[in-house]
Amino acid sequence: MAEPTTLQYTADHEWLLVDGNTAVVGITAYAAEQLGDVVFVDLPDSGDEITAGAVVGEIESTKSVGELITPVDGTVTEVNQALVDAPELINSDPFGEGWLIKISFTELPALLSFDEYSALIAE
Amino acid sequence: MTDATTDTTGTARFSPLHDLHVSAGASFTDFGGWQMPVRYSSDLAEHHAVRTAAGLFDISHMAEILVEGPGAPAFLDYALAGKISAVKLGQAKYSLLLNEAGGIIDDLVVYRLAEERFLVVANAGNRFAVVPALAERAADFDVTVADQSDDLALIAVQGPASRAILEATPGITDPAIPLDELKYYWSTDASFDGAPLLIARTGYTGEDGFELYIQTEKAADLWTALTAAGAEHGLVPCGLASRDTLRLEAGMPLYGHELGTEILPAQAGLGRVVALAKEGDFVGRAASERGPADGARVLVGIAAEGRRAGRADYELFASDKTGADAGAPAIGVITSGALSPTLGHPIAMAFVDPGHAEIGSALFIDVRGTRVPASVVALPFYKRAQ
Repeated sequence: MAEPTTLQYTADHEWLLVDGNTAVVGITAYAAEQLGDVVFVDLPDSGDEITAGAVVGEIESTKSVGELITPVDGTVTEVNQALVDAPELINSDPFGEGWLIKISFTELPALLSFDEYSALIAE
Repeated sequence: MTDATTDTTGTARFSPLHDLHVSAGASFTDFGGWQMPVRYSSDLAEHHAVRTAAGLFDISHMAEILVEGPGAPAFLDYALAGKISAVKLGQAKYSLLLNEAGGIIDDLVVYRLAEERFLVVANAGNRFAVVPALAERAADFDVTVADQSDDLALIAVQGPASRAILEATPGITDPAIPLDELKYYWSTDASFDGAPLLIARTGYTGEDGFELYIQTEKAADLWTALTAAGAEHGLVPCGLASRDTLRLEAGMPLYGHELGTEILPAQAGLGRVVALAKEGDFVGRAASERGPADGARVLVGIAAEGRRAGRADYELFASDKTGADAGAPAIGVITSGALSPTLGHPIAMAFVDPGHAEIGSALFIDVRGTRVPASVVALPFYKRAQ
């Protein structure tokens, strides 16, 4: 599990763990709690070219549907197949085993720090 | 489909148990103008607890209306769709409040507490529609209609372990009918800590269970006592999210989804609730006798494979073609839908054109642009083993 304080965030309640030009993307514990029990995830395919801001997947709970919005332009290099088989990992370990996709990117947009994101969800 | 009206004051109402829910870590949602627990931890775990052990629900948002007087039985026969005068002392009956056009203002449970005293329990969001309607209809009867919603809390214990939990709860005493003899849709007077307690064997989950009516001042003590006694029986507090998936599996309608003022009972499979054989007039009789217009949509159950659930307002189509046939009109619309936690596949209730209502009819759910194959199935989706 990644330490939440070391991650970067988007206003769409996603987190990024950036290493070089690769980012692991997931949704935050706050987003998972808002969704409730996740029962289905629809992720892009490895190799897909994606554009920042596009909806590339869905995260469904018993009560609602959340959209996976890519925070960066790039190529999907890996998807979390274990999550497709066990969507509840998003609830049990949103910053770890509940990760969604890995993206290879060339440029990183402005992202929120842990403190900035914490302030956002405290509003 | 009409949405339930909300509190006319516009300000959120809170259950007398609100502080306990906050302490228990509940998330809250607006429901009928009330801030109620939507879940405490996991709505799936809460759902499964009710199916396998027991769940504790705060449903204090429900509206309780006391109807009392020599004219009460005749009044309720006139005001409601059912033959309430035939309800036996201690018995409960599911009924409907209709408008003149035969549409549904609310669905209700009526308890006969005494020969001339009835408790009418309505949906929270319809309280301010039901109370005035009853008061107006009472004009020519020797009866009083009193809204007691602010004085009464309502706690439901649902699931196979419910009776054992109630019997083990200190403070619950003197049931006039022993709980092992209390039949489904009957109620009995009892006491909790010296206060009057009405125990009803009713519920909204498809499991055995009880609903407990208690004065608001005693509600927190009762909740705490049930929680303590229920721990060893697997009792967990449950929010509205699990209540919704439980009632959906049990094929029970929810006002604002399967029921509304534009929907006639016969369309929603509730024709049997309208007692056309009873003597005398009642509000909505003429329209009920005429019945729905030819071609009016009817409520059905729908099941699909996979894990992508159709949800409320998703449309249904006869074809999976979205290209050249994309113009083919929808044949129905989902009113409630979810991935069934008990069955493991998507289920939904929907209004469909009569030609597509037969059990086994194949159709397609438009799930955000994708046509998912589904079929019409019998309701309920889930029935507990007796």
